[in-house]
Amino acid sequence: MSSELEIIKDPGVPAHIHRQADLDPKAEQKAERQVAILFALSSVGTLLFIYSYTFLSEDLFIFFPILGTTNAKQLFLGLGLAFALFFIGAGAIHWAKTLMPDEEVIAMRHEMRSEDEDRRELIKTAKQGAAAAALGRRSLIKRSLGLSLGLVGLSPLLLLRDLGPLPGKKLETTSWKTGTRLVTDPGDRPIKPSDLEVGAVAQVLPAIKEGGHRALSDIGKDAVLLIRLRQEEFQLDPERLEMTYQGIIAFSKICSHMGCAVALYEQTTKHLLCPCHQSTFDVTRAAKVIFGPSARPLPQLAITVDDEGYLVAQSPFNEPVGPSYWERNSQ
Amino acid sequence: MTARERVAGTVANYVDERTGAAKWMKKNLNKVFPDHWSFLLGEIALYSFIILLLSGTFLTFWFDPSQREVVYEGSYEPLNGIEMSAAYASTLHISFEVRGGLLMRQIHHWAALLFMVAIVVHLLRVYFTGAFRKPREFNWIIGVGLLTLGIVEGFLGYSLPDDLLSGTGVRIAQAIIQALPVVGSYLSFFAFGGEFPGEAFIPRIYTVHVLLLPGIFLALITVHLMLVWYQKHTQYPGPGRTEKNVVGYPLFPVYMAKAGGFFFIVFGVTAFLSAVASINPVWLYGPYTPGQVSAGSQPDWYMGWLDGLVRMAPPIETHAFGHTISWNILIPGLIIPGIMFTGLALYPFIESWISGDKREHHILDRPRNVPNRTALGAMALTFTIVALLNGGNDIIATTFNLTINQMMWFSRIGILVLPPIAFVVTKRLCLSLQRADRDLVLHGRETGTLMRMPSGEFVEIHEPISAEKAWTLTQHEQPVPLELEDTDARGVRRPGAIKNKLRNRMSRAHAVAVPKVSAQDLKEIEHH
Repeated sequence: MSSELEIIKDPGVPAHIHRQADLDPKAEQKAERQVAILFALSSVGTLLFIYSYTFLSEDLFIFFPILGTTNAKQLFLGLGLAFALFFIGAGAIHWAKTLMPDEEVIAMRHEMRSEDEDRRELIKTAKQGAAAAALGRRSLIKRSLGLSLGLVGLSPLLLLRDLGPLPGKKLETTSWKTGTRLVTDPGDRPIKPSDLEVGAVAQVLPAIKEGGHRALSDIGKDAVLLIRLRQEEFQLDPERLEMTYQGIIAFSKICSHMGCAVALYEQTTKHLLCPCHQSTFDVTRAAKVIFGPSARPLPQLAITVDDEGYLVAQSPFNEPVGPSYWERNSQ
Repeated sequence: MTARERVAGTVANYVDERTGAAKWMKKNLNKVFPDHWSFLLGEIALYSFIILLLSGTFLTFWFDPSQREVVYEGSYEPLNGIEMSAAYASTLHISFEVRGGLLMRQIHHWAALLFMVAIVVHLLRVYFTGAFRKPREFNWIIGVGLLTLGIVEGFLGYSLPDDLLSGTGVRIAQAIIQALPVVGSYLSFFAFGGEFPGEAFIPRIYTVHVLLLPGIFLALITVHLMLVWYQKHTQYPGPGRTEKNVVGYPLFPVYMAKAGGFFFIVFGVTAFLSAVASINPVWLYGPYTPGQVSAGSQPDWYMGWLDGLVRMAPPIETHAFGHTISWNILIPGLIIPGIMFTGLALYPFIESWISGDKREHHILDRPRNVPNRTALGAMALTFTIVALLNGGNDIIATTFNLTINQMMWFSRIGILVLPPIAFVVTKRLCLSLQRADRDLVLHGRETGTLMRMPSGEFVEIHEPISAEKAWTLTQHEQPVPLELEDTDARGVRRPGAIKNKLRNRMSRAHAVAVPKVSAQDLKEIEHH
């Protein structure tokens, strides 16, 4: 439709309009001075940078509106560098815009496609080369080369094997054993039920031998939250209730969604919230997911007290803690 | 000949006799580049990359990429005596004891944010103006590759300090790897050298962050720029600008001064931001330990939309035959981003298939003149923005006194409902703008001057627009929809008839337009 209609005529590149500096030598000199001033400002910036680096004390804090109280050395180092760089740029661009030629130039484009002649010649050369190598006929060479190229690619893959051990049962196990004492984190103190008031929360880890060391990867599976509620606040089936002790309930602190620490406990609603993706778990109903992307409750740790009255694990976790994975049996 | 000219001549002669560079230089010093502010966006990305290389090199002189546990004894009092990784301790050392170290860290981080902003805005410019069309499809794909690598590189970079915030991010990345069906836990154990977090991950990603990815970046950026050079830059429509020419300023001296100067401006602005706006104060977060987390954990913005998708995912897992598949992680974390990036990379080919246009294009489109593309872009952008907002849902909720639940439901519904609305509204807007262009060319500019006619009627005086403007508003081609036949000349159904039907329909949608003004229209109106 539009192709039949005549289009409006292209008036062509508009005539060049001269700048002040092109016509008036005074304006030209002024522009030159401006460029020089901009470059000089850059030098002042470098001086400020050197001064701040060498002489300003690390502990000098000054007040600046908007910024508030800031470290003077950091601020002036940065500002010095910023000015030193910025004004070089400003000078160069001002120079280009006022004093360098500003007449638009027209250059021609050429289609990307090669000339037909060149294409024909390329095909000829390629065919000649292929014929000379006689790839078409020597299928034995072709096949054996294909095989060895395929196989040689395996070696770098194989070399990556020692990047790490195989998972084995590691994702399913934690340091919690039957009778492992719960100790505070930080502090490593064993806990008696009486240490926890109703409504209180505590982060605990499994006790370790004197002088022992906890790897971060252990903490990443072992971290447990203790929460004490009034017994009647629980809505648990008898099996789950068995796992609590005098209103104290213990959950894995590692989110069943993506493994962040489920660190926020809201006392009024008795909800645990993971700050990463806002999965929300109801403590009174065995950490049932009531909101957010997590698909499973937090694993519950069965607890009781030992002979000395300290809280201990009744048994290890009865399911893997942390995020899901292919081999996890979640049924 | 002055002495200086003689010296320059001798040097040039020496080089040219050994390289034959004069011929190439002669041609390319005069290379013409069109001028437009939006062509600076890619430059900002390039310059931020150079700033990243410079500041990053500085940081490597002190950074210790090790997860070996050390006890901090430095000038930052609150953390004294605390166990932490050597990576975190050396980051504190750079921040507090190396003079200018904090500034360089800030410059590195700000430049990374700027790098990603510039890439994304540059991509939007290229998309909405149709600069990806033939012959520039390869460069589009390289660009999408750079964007993807940029996200990965940025993530690895801010994971290096091993602070509580970044460690939480690594934990989430680990959970995504672990969620992969069949191979997940194996890949995770290989990546981390065992169980999360282990002591192998930071040293490994350090090599990737400072060597492997920057190397790939350099190679891709070089090809990206060489193609721009070789194919010559696109230009906006205007008087005298055709598909066969390029109108602008020569490389030497104008663009060398402007582009060189602009590098210093970008560097200066980055340094200024770094001086006045503190970013990623890792000393406040403390060292990483898997048992703790800081409230309001946020990734950097270019990861935020992914995190937002993960946050809004419904809690779905499949439990069967002793295996678990976490759809709540796989869909938002891998499948949706996979579809988005594949679609992005393939878009030039999809559009050319729909329009049937296989010709070269060097004149850019005004976005309104291709309503379908513009609307599609607006739709994708809306999707990403809703996801990004949800990535900060906790911050938004606390700032605006909303509940997390309100935010989450807004996003869950919004991500499905808002993008189609954005599509329809944008398409309508484009057509309205086309109509406005048509009115402008036909009836001229509204001068704001009212005239009272003898009859008492008021009319506004319209002034004809310049020939240049009229050309700019009407130079574009209006696409003609494809009409692929279902049957061939003998009335036999063609193979792929359904595909053709779909293609016809999409092509019609693509070709919707308000007819532009023709020379005849103008003549006609002059006679009135």
